[in-house]
Amino acid sequence: MLQIKDLHKSYAIGDSSLHVLKGVNLAVNTGEMVAIMGSSGSGKSTLLNIIGMLDEADSGSYVLDGLAIENLTEKKAAVYRNKFLGFIFQSFNLINYKNAIENVALPLYYQGVKRKERLELAKFHLKKVGLEKWSEHLPKELSGGQKQRVAIARALAANPKLLLADEPTGALDTKTSHEIMDFIQHLNDEGKTILMVTHEEDIASMCKRIIRLRDGVIIEDKEVKQVRASQYV
Amino acid sequence: MNSIRFLFSKDTWQEVYDSLSKNRLRTILTMIGVWWGILMLIALLGASRGLENSFNRLFGDFATNSVFVWPRKTSKPFLGFQKGRPVSLTLDDITNIKEHINGVRFAIPRNSKQALVKRGFESGTYAIFGDYPIYDQAKKRKIIKGRFINPIDIQHNRKVVVISKYIYKQLFQDKKTPVGQYVSIDDISYKIVGLFETDDPERGPSSDIHIPFTTFQQVYNQKNKIGYLMITGFKNYDIKKIESDAIIMLRALKKVHPKDKRAFGSFNLGAIFEKFTGFLTGMQFLTWIVGIATLIAGVFAIGNILLITVKERTKEIGVRRALGAAPFEIKRQIIIEAVFITLLSGILGIVSGGLILIIIDYFVGQGDDAILVNASVSLSVVFVSLIILVVLGSLIGLIPAFKAVSIKPIEALREE
Repeated sequence: MLQIKDLHKSYAIGDSSLHVLKGVNLAVNTGEMVAIMGSSGSGKSTLLNIIGMLDEADSGSYVLDGLAIENLTEKKAAVYRNKFLGFIFQSFNLINYKNAIENVALPLYYQGVKRKERLELAKFHLKKVGLEKWSEHLPKELSGGQKQRVAIARALAANPKLLLADEPTGALDTKTSHEIMDFIQHLNDEGKTILMVTHEEDIASMCKRIIRLRDGVIIEDKEVKQVRASQYV
Repeated sequence: MNSIRFLFSKDTWQEVYDSLSKNRLRTILTMIGVWWGILMLIALLGASRGLENSFNRLFGDFATNSVFVWPRKTSKPFLGFQKGRPVSLTLDDITNIKEHINGVRFAIPRNSKQALVKRGFESGTYAIFGDYPIYDQAKKRKIIKGRFINPIDIQHNRKVVVISKYIYKQLFQDKKTPVGQYVSIDDISYKIVGLFETDDPERGPSSDIHIPFTTFQQVYNQKNKIGYLMITGFKNYDIKKIESDAIIMLRALKKVHPKDKRAFGSFNLGAIFEKFTGFLTGMQFLTWIVGIATLIAGVFAIGNILLITVKERTKEIGVRRALGAAPFEIKRQIIIEAVFITLLSGILGIVSGGLILIIIDYFVGQGDDAILVNASVSLSVVFVSLIILVVLGSLIGLIPAFKAVSIKPIEALREE
């Protein structure tokens, strides 16, 4: 599903440059659920951004579902993101003047799906996250957990190959975190490939594989026995 | 094709509506600049058009290209004649002018005099004119009853008179039908043959009694003399050229020194009128400049606000791009917002400017003595300003649009 070879990335800070990723090699298969861990500054967010095509590596190769991701123009990146990737953010990043169903339908809008069809699909995905009754509500009328579920529905709407989550539970309390993780685990059970960045051990332990980064290199990559979130809910 | 579908898609306008109605007050404040600019443009252009119309009505159509010439005394000796010799014009001179000077449409001899006009116990002193039938062609007026002076009147020196409604009101307190009645002018009885609408009350009754030219000559013992000459030029001829040509010719015919400036007096109504219209053109020009400058300032205000909006929406734009919006789609959205908001405020400005013109028309545009006549703007002005708005709107939209996509989605999404 995803192969990364010898990925390097550095940022210019004033005159000096900061080498963030120093040769990362990573392969993820379809159906995996991977947690990327590391302290702040370890390069985990940068890696996720490169995988999410929000950023480009300086060198190294990145192949997603057999497609080499290179020489990205903004336009190409937009198309790939729309087609292949679903994003879940720590702070949900819902558009605050659009109601839940319109937020979910947004990726479909950029795919050029017709309005009626789009809203139907969005409704389907909202139902999947258990929020069909909240479809007309604005984000400010929803709780944190509900917002994240809307965001998950939005990430799923375009039926992406890969779900990228950046600290998906970072802004939620423990109970809601577990609910969200339970939900993400179900998605994985259904076959979605999921990649998430987290710094919480208990959240990471709910994935099937944990990758630890330190100073821009992978120091540990191990499969773990998945802790089901449902036992806490 | 794609962009046409974009323009007519409900989603496009939903997006525009959402983002503009999100901050309604700011949107409205933004619109005021352009709204005011267009309103001023429309109201001022309309008012100056109204002024122009009212001038046109005041001076009539003939005034735009008419000149009056009258004989005086020579001021230079010439060909053995002493200076101070009175000059007089004859009908032959007029035929010469009509035939030999380019662009002369009418050359009309007239005589005039103040006279006491009486009917029964009513009387008044008015200017009376000796006229040829052709005068009616040069200065068209509305005949209400009867007719103007005709060739037979001229031929037989008939004692007939054509009066205006104004004179009629003065002399006919009994409201009798005027045609067929008699009035006395300097104690000579004249039969009324026609009644016409008073054309401009501003200038009073001065030109409102006409008798046949030949009758005038005979009654007031003018022999072959002519009081003054009214020359009307064709539309596309320069009336000033006609005036100087006519005077040069008259000097030659009357053996007056070529440089004798005092032998003939003249009054060029056309030239005076040109000054008025020049003033109006200048005013319209200024209006355009002020209006467009205000518009540009207004459009800049819109650009400025959109720039702020883009900054506030950085995160939203980042999310949209993460979800798959291409930079082009983001730019297009912001430009269409800019154009929409400019156009909307422009249309509101046009409508309210139009309302102001309607109000102006209601209060000062009614009746014969209206200050502004038909104060309005042409559709082409409206279209031109709409096109200017669309162009300015899209140009100004480019700045925030490029600003919006210059921020990388990753920066836009960075957690605080």
